[in-house]
Amino acid sequence: MQLDYFQLIDRIVDLNLDDKKITVEAQVPAAHTIFEGHFPGYPIMPGVLLTEAMAQSSGWLLLGVMKFERMPFLAMVKEAKMRGFVSPGDLLTIDAKIEHEGSGFAVTSAKVRVGKELKCSADLTFRHIPFPHPDLRVHMDAMANKIGFPLQAITND
Amino acid sequence: MSSTFDQIANIIAETCDIPRDTIKPESHAIDDLGIDSLDFLDIAFAIDKAFGIKMPLEKWTQEVNDGKATTEQYFVLQNLADRIDELVAAKNAAPGA
Repeated sequence: MQLDYFQLIDRIVDLNLDDKKITVEAQVPAAHTIFEGHFPGYPIMPGVLLTEAMAQSSGWLLLGVMKFERMPFLAMVKEAKMRGFVSPGDLLTIDAKIEHEGSGFAVTSAKVRVGKELKCSADLTFRHIPFPHPDLRVHMDAMANKIGFPLQAITND
Repeated sequence: MSSTFDQIANIIAETCDIPRDTIKPESHAIDDLGIDSLDFLDIAFAIDKAFGIKMPLEKWTQEVNDGKATTEQYFVLQNLADRIDELVAAKNAAPGA
């Protein structure tokens, strides 16, 4: 997890395009300036960043389903529930699945666990559009490689 | 069984917190009801689920942007209901339906 670059996902553990599900892992840093303010003496991962982690997990799933032809952008967060504290150094396991594929939008649900403990969940809506700039596509390709996106999953049909 | 319009109106009332009795067949979703594009995503999601279809929002938007259609054709609610009925009929007529 590189919080300064808003890169919250470390690796893709499983991607199932038939079932439209993804599992990823994200290691919360043991130390970061964020934890100095949130909160002094009691550092916890901000809920907005956990929500963003769920959004990025869903985003990678949608990129796979759309074969990297379109880019999803977070549009709506519903039913976001912070069920337990996430601490520095925790390893997050994030599951996301597609609930609906509409025209130009998609809806996912996502959950964050630490070990077996459910920490948060949300329903997320994304708009998706053709990549708006070639640099973004290049960046996403590089990130896909970095986090172990199984590119063969989108080329083997 | 309620009409397609009634189902749409109920969805809009619930999704956008608009009083049901102000939603008429001749209401324009954008101009009269003030529904913005984000709220319309919610409405589209609910309509897709309720009717088992995929409203072609991108195609409709493109047609409006290209001047091949007017917003009234898709966003006046009775017209939207008619489009939905067409989509449901097409789905039911498709092989394997």
